[in-house]
Amino acid sequence: MHHQSSRGPLAGAAIGIGMLGAVALGGLIAKRKASPRSADDAPGYTARRSFGAYDVVGRTVTIREDRHKLFAFWRDFSNLPDVMENVVSITPRSSDGRAVWKIRAPAGRIVEIETEIAREIEGEVIAWCSVEGSDIETKGRVEFADAPGDRGTRVTLITAYDPPGGAVGKGLAKLWLREPAVQARHDLKRFKALMETGEITTSARTMDETRAAKMENTR
Amino acid sequence: MRALTWQGTKDVRVETVSDPEIINPRDAIIKVTSTAICGSDLHLYDGVIPGVLAGDVLGHEFMGEVVETGPKSTLQKGQRVVVPFTISCGQCFHCTIQQYSCCSNSNPAEKQDMSATLYGHAMAGLFGYSHLTGGYSGGQAEYVRVPYSDIGPIVIPDHLDDDKVLFLSDILPTGWMGAENADIGPDDTVAVWGCGPVGLFAIQSALVMGAAQVIAIDHYPHRLELARKLGAKIVNFRETNVREALMEMSGGIGVDAVIDAVGMEAHGFAIDNMIDIVKQKVGFGADRASALKQAILSVRRGGRVSIPGVYGGMTDKFPLGALMEKGLQVRSGQTHVQKYTKPLLEKIEDGTLDTTFLISHHLPLEDAADGYTNFHDHQNEWTKVVLKPGMARGSTNTGTTTSKEYA
Repeated sequence: MHHQSSRGPLAGAAIGIGMLGAVALGGLIAKRKASPRSADDAPGYTARRSFGAYDVVGRTVTIREDRHKLFAFWRDFSNLPDVMENVVSITPRSSDGRAVWKIRAPAGRIVEIETEIAREIEGEVIAWCSVEGSDIETKGRVEFADAPGDRGTRVTLITAYDPPGGAVGKGLAKLWLREPAVQARHDLKRFKALMETGEITTSARTMDETRAAKMENTR
Repeated sequence: MRALTWQGTKDVRVETVSDPEIINPRDAIIKVTSTAICGSDLHLYDGVIPGVLAGDVLGHEFMGEVVETGPKSTLQKGQRVVVPFTISCGQCFHCTIQQYSCCSNSNPAEKQDMSATLYGHAMAGLFGYSHLTGGYSGGQAEYVRVPYSDIGPIVIPDHLDDDKVLFLSDILPTGWMGAENADIGPDDTVAVWGCGPVGLFAIQSALVMGAAQVIAIDHYPHRLELARKLGAKIVNFRETNVREALMEMSGGIGVDAVIDAVGMEAHGFAIDNMIDIVKQKVGFGADRASALKQAILSVRRGGRVSIPGVYGGMTDKFPLGALMEKGLQVRSGQTHVQKYTKPLLEKIEDGTLDTTFLISHHLPLEDAADGYTNFHDHQNEWTKVVLKPGMARGSTNTGTTTSKEYA
C-alpha cells in the first residue's frame, strides 16, 4: 500500500495521518516526534496509540465486486446514506465535489457538515474533508485495491475528526461520534452487503422493525 | 400469527405476534407445515446461550409452503420448501467456497459486534437462535420471513412427506457433515458420543460412508437401541468404562475417528464437570465439554476429531497435550447446510437414508411448550418432536420411531 512510502522519524504518525490527504496536521505530527513508532508493515491506524486531538479510525473489508463499480457507487455521495445509517442525506452543492451532509444528532436534531473532495484517483481513492465553519471537523478517505485472485476488492475506510472547541461542539461531536470505530465498521459492512447481495441485511420480521424504520421514528 | 416465544430460562410460550412481511427483494414468506425442536433449542431453553431476548421466536428446523415472494426471489407461491437453518447470502467469499455457515453478510452489521468480540469474527445469521446470530425470528411459528430465498430453500417433490424431508433443514446435514469431517475410510472404527438426533444421523452417515464399525455412546437405553437398529455397536457410559471399551473394541489401536454429537451440556461425573455446571448456571459461559474431553483421550494417535456438537463459550482442563502429542486433526463448525441439501434429498429419495426412525412425537404448535419440557426432561422416550401448526390443540400423534417400545 502506498501510504508507507515515507519512512523516517515521522513515519509512525505519517502512516496514519498521511492517508488523510494534504491536511494541515503539523502540530500533531510534531507532538509525535518525541517517540517515533517503529515502522512495521501494519496500517498506521492499528497503532496502539492515539493521534492526539484527532480520532483516527480505519477498517477494511473485502467485497466480491469490481473495483471500479465500487468506486463509482462511493463517488456519488448521494448513495452513501443507503449504507451510513446516521447520515440522512448528502446533497452535492456544486460541480467541484462540495456536498452538504445532514447527519442525525440526538433529540431529533440534524447537524450539517459541508465537505469538499481533498483527493481523488479514479478507481483507487476518494478523500474528503469538512470545510471551514462546519460543526465538526472531519476527514474521510476510502481506498479501493484489487484483492488477490477473484476475491474482489479490498475497501479501506479511514475517518478522522477533531472535536471543535466549546461545550456545544464537543457535546455534539461526542454524541454523534460516540463510537466512531463501531460506526465505520457497520457502515462498511452494510456497504459490503449491499454491493454483494443487493440488499442491506436485516433480521426484522416486519417493515416497522427494521433499523431504517426505527431511525425514522426517532427523528 | 401464533409462535413459540422464549421468555426466560425454562420458560417458553406460544403467543400471538406480528405476522412477518417481505422486507428485502430476495425475501420469501413461508407458511410452516412442519417444524421441529432441536437439541440446540434446549441450550436456549436452559439459558446457556447468550444473547436470547424475551419475546424471541425460536425454531430453526422448518419447512412449509411459499405464500409470498419478493421481486428477486426465485421461489413461486405454492411450492413446498425445506429451509436451511443457516442463513447464507450466496455471494460473499465464504458462500462461494461453500462455507455457507460462515456467510459474512447474513448477520446484520449492527448485530455482529457481540460474536465478533467473543469469537474474533462475527457469526453468520441463523433462524430462531440468539442475537449473536442475528436475532432472526424462527420457524416454530405459523409463518417465517426467509431472507435470500433464492439461495437457501430447497423445493421438495410432492410425493415426499414432510417427515421424510424436514430434517434436511438441520440435523440430517449436521450428522452427515459430522461424519464427513471425520474423514471415514473403509476399515475405520468410528465412535459417536451422543445418540440424540444429530448423533443418530452421524451414525447412519458413517455407516453409509463405509465405516467398518461404528460405536455409539449414550446412557439412554431407548436412544442406544435406535443406534443399534441403525447397525452401530452400543456402549452405555453409565455401565461401561468407555475408554477401555473403545480400546478393546478397536483392537488396542484406539478408534480412528471420534464424533462429539453432545456439545456444551454434556453429562459427566468428573469433578471438573460439576464445577462447569455451576459456572454455566451463574453465567460464566463455561462449556461442559466432558464428552469432547473423553473423545480426545479415546481417539487413536493420528486420528480425527469431529465436533458437530454445539459450544458457545470456553472450557478449561482441556486435554490440549493429548491433542498435540497424538497428532490429532480437529474439524468443527455450524453446518454448511446449503452444500448438502440436494445430495441428501437424493439419498432420501433413493432410500439410502432413513429420516423418520427417530421421530417420537407429533404435537400441535400450540403445545410446543409441553414439547420442550418433555424433550428436555424425558430424553429417553422423547427422541424428536415435530410441531404442526395445523394440528388442533391437545391432540397428539405418535411418531414413527423404530423402537419397539414406542413404535
